[in-house]
Amino acid sequence: MNEYKLTFWQMKKEKITKAIIITILIVITLPIILTYTWLVLASFSTDMKYGIIPVKLTLHNWRFLWKSIEGYPPIWQVFFNTLILALSVMGLEVFATILGGYALSRFKFRMRETLLKIVLVIHAFPSISLLVAIYYILKITGLIDTLTGVILLKASLEIPWGIWIMKGFYDQIPWEVEFAGLVDGYSRVQVWRKVILPLVKPGIAVAGIFSFLSGWSEFVFINTFILSQNTWTLSTYVKAIIGDFRFVDYGLLTSISLFYIIPTIIFFIFANKYLLRVNITGTKG
Amino acid sequence: MKKRSPLFFFLLPSVVSVSIFFALPVILTGVLSFTGMDYSFKWNFVGIQNYIDMIGDFMISTVVKNTFVYVFFTLLLFNLGTALLLALFTTTVSDRAGGFFRTIWMLPRLTPSVVYGLMWIWAFDPTDYGLVNIARKLLFGLPPQNWLQSDPMLIIVVANGFVGASFGMILFTSAIKSIPRDYLYAARVDGGSWFFTVRKVILPMIKWQILFVTAYQTLSLLTSFEYIYIITDGGPAFATEVWALYTYHSAFQDFRFGYGAALSMVLVGIGIVSALFYLKFFRFKEMIKEPRIEVDS
Repeated sequence: MNEYKLTFWQMKKEKITKAIIITILIVITLPIILTYTWLVLASFSTDMKYGIIPVKLTLHNWRFLWKSIEGYPPIWQVFFNTLILALSVMGLEVFATILGGYALSRFKFRMRETLLKIVLVIHAFPSISLLVAIYYILKITGLIDTLTGVILLKASLEIPWGIWIMKGFYDQIPWEVEFAGLVDGYSRVQVWRKVILPLVKPGIAVAGIFSFLSGWSEFVFINTFILSQNTWTLSTYVKAIIGDFRFVDYGLLTSISLFYIIPTIIFFIFANKYLLRVNITGTKG
Repeated sequence: MKKRSPLFFFLLPSVVSVSIFFALPVILTGVLSFTGMDYSFKWNFVGIQNYIDMIGDFMISTVVKNTFVYVFFTLLLFNLGTALLLALFTTTVSDRAGGFFRTIWMLPRLTPSVVYGLMWIWAFDPTDYGLVNIARKLLFGLPPQNWLQSDPMLIIVVANGFVGASFGMILFTSAIKSIPRDYLYAARVDGGSWFFTVRKVILPMIKWQILFVTAYQTLSLLTSFEYIYIITDGGPAFATEVWALYTYHSAFQDFRFGYGAALSMVLVGIGIVSALFYLKFFRFKEMIKEPRIEVDS
């Protein structure tokens, strides 16, 4: 790198450019920083100066944790529904994709190219346009208004994404590892289970974490296919609260929202090294 | 005799689930669009009546206009514009600072949609409690404005844009990082300004990524309605009712499943055409290299 020589003035000019760029970055990022700061501060205070500076701290907004809000199901029931949804989506998706990803990474078969194309296409395909048909399928199978229905649906629609991620992790393992196993007399399935699977643990973690969060955040499917309050998850709960309390009780709204996004925050703080690498292929917005 | 391949075992769960919840609904949507199905779930075939109704629907012109405005501006200002700006800026500053800003921009994508929606509802709060009105008051001394009434589309574009920008940002960043350093140094040594380097060196080298993001994000924006549903629900007076949301309202608010399916078919059609387009143009072969060595099966 040092073989390139910049003059004093060039370096000075570059410093100024960098300072300007940092300033612009801060300005355009400010809305994100401010809205998240507000979310945290508003949940712990009674009144806010200029909308964002807390005047008096309180835990009053968090009363929903021990006293349910009138007309709403108890928060812990809603919490457990959400947890069941997220864990089940994670379990199903990891199960299907550690198998499917391996098949597409390691087996040579006639349909391979077609299947990979299908995986990619589905991945980009707007599943939201299928809601009407899915409603009908859930209706005739008796899965409408059940968490099971949403779990199966959510996991299925995320599987192509997961397969793609897992395939990437399998692709990185050298073939020699597999050969060693086969020479030792293992069958193909045994090699996969005993030798290869332990090597793709990071991949399983990535697929697991992202599918958990995606199940945890799910809104549209719950909102569309779940009708009774007892099967609500936190997303529909928060949406209903927003409908009733918007512009009125931001303290309550923010504390419930903050409670809802705790897993997201934990993940964001501890695992954000995966974030920029893996989430490229997310299909939101 | 040849042993049965374990391939079957590996593929079964994925194939079954994707068939039931993806392949079947695609076909079913097509079939349903020729029925007048309502909440009684009866199959009464009406031929192409739904499609005729669609042409005569007085809402369609509003919906098409809204969809166009929403997709065009979100894409241009955020999913491409801001994304490109963020990628260029964060790769110019130090790796640590750049990484910090990129991580912050991932937050909206990760946040559950209802909570994210709430933050924008607050930001555009009609009283001087909301972020935008506070900023207006402190900077210009202006009175609070009811943004949800006066500029609902602006809110929708901004809210979706802050999520959408990170997609292009990541793709562009990795493309910029893979440009050989020598090219960039050469431009620097020659005394080229930052703009010169960007225009003459970086942009020409990431034009494929720009094209890809444009194609991919146009499709996702066309079919997205989640944040709109949460923030304005298409209002006020249908000012933010876009195609995907109109489909949703037709089916699940008015219970016109047949008509909703017909409206969905338009999106399905666009989805299929785009999919073919991706497969043709984006060096697909490279992504699906054959396994190097194959043992059995």
